[in-house]
Amino acid sequence: MYEFDWSSIPGALPFLWDGMKISLVITAQAVLVGIVWGTALAMMRLSSVKALSWFAAGYVNLFRAVPLVMVLLWFFLIVPRFVETLLDFPPGTDLRLSSAMMGFALFEAAYYSEIIRAGIQSVPKGQVAAASALGMTYAQGMRLVVLPQAFRNMVPLLLTQAIILFQDTSLVYVSALADFFGAAYKVGDRDGRLVEMLLFAGAVYFVICFSASQLVKRLQKKYHPA
Amino acid sequence: MIKIANVSKHYGDFKVLTDCTTRVSKGEVIVVCGPSGSGKSTLIKCVNGLEPFQSGEIIVDGTSVGDPKTNLSKLRARVGMVFQNFELFPHMSITENLAIAQTKVLKRGKDEAMDKGLKLLDRVGLKAHAHKFPGQLSGGQQQRVAIARALAMDPICMLFDEPTSALDPEMVNEVLDVMTELAQEGMTMMCVTHEMGFAKRVAHRVIFMDQGRIVEDDKKDVFFSNPRSERAQQFLAKILHH
Amino acid sequence: MSYQWNWGVFLQPSASGDDTYLGWMLAGFKMTIALSLTAWVLALLLGALIGVLRTVPNKALAGFATGYVELFRNVPLLVQLFIWYFVLPELLPASIGDAYKQSNPMLQQFLASMVCLALFTSARVAEQVRSGINSLPKGQKNAGLALGFTLPQTYRFVMLPMAFRLVVPPLTSEFLNIFKNSAVCSTIGLMELAAQGRQLVDYTAQPYESFIAVTLSYIAINVVVMTLMHKFERRIAVPGYIGGK
Repeated sequence: MYEFDWSSIPGALPFLWDGMKISLVITAQAVLVGIVWGTALAMMRLSSVKALSWFAAGYVNLFRAVPLVMVLLWFFLIVPRFVETLLDFPPGTDLRLSSAMMGFALFEAAYYSEIIRAGIQSVPKGQVAAASALGMTYAQGMRLVVLPQAFRNMVPLLLTQAIILFQDTSLVYVSALADFFGAAYKVGDRDGRLVEMLLFAGAVYFVICFSASQLVKRLQKKYHPA
Repeated sequence: MIKIANVSKHYGDFKVLTDCTTRVSKGEVIVVCGPSGSGKSTLIKCVNGLEPFQSGEIIVDGTSVGDPKTNLSKLRARVGMVFQNFELFPHMSITENLAIAQTKVLKRGKDEAMDKGLKLLDRVGLKAHAHKFPGQLSGGQQQRVAIARALAMDPICMLFDEPTSALDPEMVNEVLDVMTELAQEGMTMMCVTHEMGFAKRVAHRVIFMDQGRIVEDDKKDVFFSNPRSERAQQFLAKILHH
Repeated sequence: MSYQWNWGVFLQPSASGDDTYLGWMLAGFKMTIALSLTAWVLALLLGALIGVLRTVPNKALAGFATGYVELFRNVPLLVQLFIWYFVLPELLPASIGDAYKQSNPMLQQFLASMVCLALFTSARVAEQVRSGINSLPKGQKNAGLALGFTLPQTYRFVMLPMAFRLVVPPLTSEFLNIFKNSAVCSTIGLMELAAQGRQLVDYTAQPYESFIAVTLSYIAINVVVMTLMHKFERRIAVPGYIGGK
């Protein structure tokens, strides 16, 4: 029977915490970029300008059809080469990490845009008519009437997506970014305690994501009492 | 004030409005009725350009609604509209609902907009509810707020699109009372409604629509005492038996 | 740009000599399909069971199902995969664990990947099944019981047939997800599509061609699955109800 040895964890905590900080930073920036760019995409998608709506539909469908691992590999291996040759960067500039982070955010934006589009469409059409009837322009109606309601309806979904996104950050493993999971794996590999470190990492993710999702549920009950 | 001339509208092959012509003079109260699907709601939404139409012309206070050069937002700011489902903005308090278009569209100051809103809220008998949210009011109360919201823009005329048909029966009268009062003060009104009692009390003319056409356009007394078309007779027989 | 495009690279004999690079890609493609489909069948069966359990009145069963769903939903897929692949064999009784570790490494990778994807996805399927059942009008269950059905019969004849139809559209997106998620299995060395694409980059000097081919393959899978599921949805639509005409 396997004998557990958890002794390498206490000493590794500062290193793991550094990894966790990276996971959180990637999550935060992807949520931010995802919501801003996702809102823009959703509005383009719903726009009556055909070119904008096609562009947004193409973007969203492309990113949703391709695995995140593939997107990260594109942005880790291919895009930096392309950018370096294109912009003539001095050799030795390492774009790979920022590129991988960017790819992650662009990928998540496609998912956010679908949530936001559904949110905008969940606002009854009569609200748009009422805003127009009061003399508001399309932009005013969007900004003052539709988006505030849409975002309110979407908050639980946006937060749930953020939890999924936090889990997805572990996939930056393929781009050699040392996030929490990467750090745990390294420690386990170094000390020959992979079993313990993987279980520990799983437990940490579980505690964080489970508590966060319970919080979201509570929030949902508070704002949308069944 | 409102001139509707030969207006037609279709979705593909389906004709929603066919060659509708009528006019509403200043101070006049017009009731538009007809069976469901007759195009009456569509017609009234054409008046402030919420629904586009393919041919004909609608002139509101000298402005052509169908003209692509017309600034529709500007026109709509002067034409009040009340919807079947109230369409108060649920994320804003009652006072914010009353003030938002005044400040953002008419560029009135916050205090002025608030004063005006509260005055109108008082008029529809809901001053005590100023700080609530739409979801906390009954349907009848919400519709009265919606009327006050439209009035706050100092409209030159008011459009009512089935304002009482989403209401429980006991709340219909509180809304009709507000509308009656408005009519008696001389507001120009075009009302799509099935409330024939209201029509008898305050309308000057009644328009009856069927299958996208204006079938009758009569003085109120003529319409109720002896409607010309058979469809209108049937409609009245059905609706008055209730 | 000085990049030399060379789409002919796929027809060149591969580094291992016995195949072309196109052959590598096809092998990866087959692996992705085989892995995703087997995992999907398991996920559907398990997910339907767990989803039903979440709605039954028995507290212990419902609690177990809830715990199952929360566990698999709140740990990242990659971590789950590593636990199945690296941790589980260590925790098995020595005799079984050792036999397993001495088996074909490809088989180990495939089994770990399949179990991991199946259980991960089953938790999501369960959630859809549960919400499908819960979205049925309450009267349906009472009507079934009033007709003298037992609770299992009510599920079997009244609730599940309708819930199943409600659940097909959201399940389509889970079905698509399982193909995408299978790319994660490249991290334990399973030679599926993404892994083959990456290997091609190492062996040839044609990263663009390789990545474009892999990306297009995933898009093709996506399109095919969506078309099939759409046809399926129309076949099972109930007249007068959502999706029906």
